[in-house]
Amino acid sequence: MSAIDTRHGIGVSPGIAVGPVVQVRPPVRPPDKEPAPADLVVAGEQIRQVLESVAGTLEDRAARADPTAQQILTATAMMARDPGLATAADKHLAGGRGPATAVDAAAEEYCAIFTEAGGYLAERVTDLRDVRDRAVARLLGLQDPGVPELTGPCVIVARDLAPAETAGLKGDMVLAIVTESGGPTSHTAILAAQMGIPAVVQLPRAVAIGVGTILAVDGSTGEVFVDPDPATQAELVKRSERRTEALGATSGPGMTSDGHPVALLANIGTAQDAESAGALDVEGVGLFRTEFLFLGHEKAPSLEEQVTVYTRVFEAFGSRRVVVRTLDAGADKPLAFADLGPEDNPALGRRGLRLSAERPELLDTQLTALSTAARATGADVRVMAPMVATAEESAWFARRVREHGLPVVGVMIEVPAAALRARHLLAEVDFASLGTNDLAQYTMAADRMQGELATLLDPWQPAVLDLVAAACDGGRDKGKPIGVCGEAAADPLLALVLSGLGVSSLSMAPTRVPAVRAALRMHDLSTCTAMAAAARAARSPQDAREAVLALANKFITDLI
Amino acid sequence: MSQSERTVTIASSVGLHARPAALFVQAATATGLPVKINKVGDAPVDARSILAVMALGAKFGEEVVLTADGDGADAALDELVALLSRDLDAPE
Repeated sequence: MSAIDTRHGIGVSPGIAVGPVVQVRPPVRPPDKEPAPADLVVAGEQIRQVLESVAGTLEDRAARADPTAQQILTATAMMARDPGLATAADKHLAGGRGPATAVDAAAEEYCAIFTEAGGYLAERVTDLRDVRDRAVARLLGLQDPGVPELTGPCVIVARDLAPAETAGLKGDMVLAIVTESGGPTSHTAILAAQMGIPAVVQLPRAVAIGVGTILAVDGSTGEVFVDPDPATQAELVKRSERRTEALGATSGPGMTSDGHPVALLANIGTAQDAESAGALDVEGVGLFRTEFLFLGHEKAPSLEEQVTVYTRVFEAFGSRRVVVRTLDAGADKPLAFADLGPEDNPALGRRGLRLSAERPELLDTQLTALSTAARATGADVRVMAPMVATAEESAWFARRVREHGLPVVGVMIEVPAAALRARHLLAEVDFASLGTNDLAQYTMAADRMQGELATLLDPWQPAVLDLVAAACDGGRDKGKPIGVCGEAAADPLLALVLSGLGVSSLSMAPTRVPAVRAALRMHDLSTCTAMAAAARAARSPQDAREAVLALANKFITDLI
Repeated sequence: MSQSERTVTIASSVGLHARPAALFVQAATATGLPVKINKVGDAPVDARSILAVMALGAKFGEEVVLTADGDGADAALDELVALLSRDLDAPE
């Protein structure tokens, strides 16, 4: 199997899959100095035909979409057919621009007006740019950008996937996802883990792989085999069987081999997630992201709507705990009904609890809905706030939550200040949960969305582990539990380190729970503690990982 | 032929956006007339253009002016006034 083109990326969602490549094409820009058309009338007619064909494609898609997507796609088709758009393009043609450049400029004029208006209109810019990108590609004789219509099971390959593109992917058609850029905390990684399909990011030269080429993807090791021979495929199947066997060997609550409990919980985003995760062998929910109820809506969801969704989620878990994170939105995830205006540095702006402080009525409605649903179901509901930095914020949030009759309140630790001062924050609340993705971003001053900075964002960075340790010290001091709900919790090896540092619950995409449970059962608490010390003593993330692997049971490699 | 004109208050709670805007533009296009719309004091825009109608930013409770000329303009505008006087975002 030496002749096989084998490439290494970063495995971000475990599992093995083999299938043909479908490339997601990036948008094409009009060529520089596109020549002016010979005949303005003919060019204008050509633009109208292309826009009409784009409208037709969007309507076809609308006919097969769910009701929400249908509304958006129908409105987007109307944008393509808009007489004002074609007229604006005519003006640019008359000014000496080529057809693709004219359509691009015409669409951008409206985008500028919509962006300026903010809120709901600003969100529609994405739809208008979708029309623009399709029209520009078609005028240049190219295929539409984005995810093509899938006709059979395939491996999706892209430079990177935007959230809008990943949202339309269906689990039964997508065998695996491979991207050339993107990091372990990118949307691709989170989505793939949620769908339970293998994914590899940062794969060299991925976009150059031909459409239809067979790829074998190992989402655990990050290995990708291009056009694998039967022997390689057989070896992969064997590897996959060993892993399935190792994972199937344990079940039930998370604990070390000597019985130290570490609760294994699921991260969920919707009532549907809750219903599928509720049927699995997990001890509850460690992170219910409530944003989906709010994002992309023109109005705040009503109290009744929220009660209905929360009730469904709580019912799915019976007497098991459900940790709810209150609305985490802000400048980078704008809300039409609570737009605080553009910010230069959204990640450092009025997001999370800071937005709730500006718009307390949103938080109050959410807490009333949670409290109503909690009483109706008798569920074990715990409520926590995102982006808490100070003890004052912690106290403010705790008071508001308890006033609504919700007895258990916590804070997220995502900001280094919160980790360093955990004992003061915890004096005000009952528990804390570490969001390792944001904690790494703020500790290392590295934007989560920048794939090139993946090394800095590695949760194995000893500086990040030092902050986790500081938070755990605060928790021990106050006798209050600390959990982890970032992607770090889903890495079986790192889960051992976190448990050794004193973390008492790990929350992750539910598909990752079996590997973490098996890893914990292979090791006792004193080994985990020794691993934590070894990781913190290392000088780099690679050294930390190697030092921990040296202390681990050799069968752990079957899990990772 | 004189121009017909109507003034109407937007009844959709989300304003003339999204679904209400799409329904209005479809209805204006269906009249076959060059209907225009503007907010009081603003320049009129093509009511058959969803981009122009959305860019008006007409909110719930705001008044808009509809104008058209040609055969059947009065009847067409009356229909559009009736449409804008309903909450078009209300679930059916």
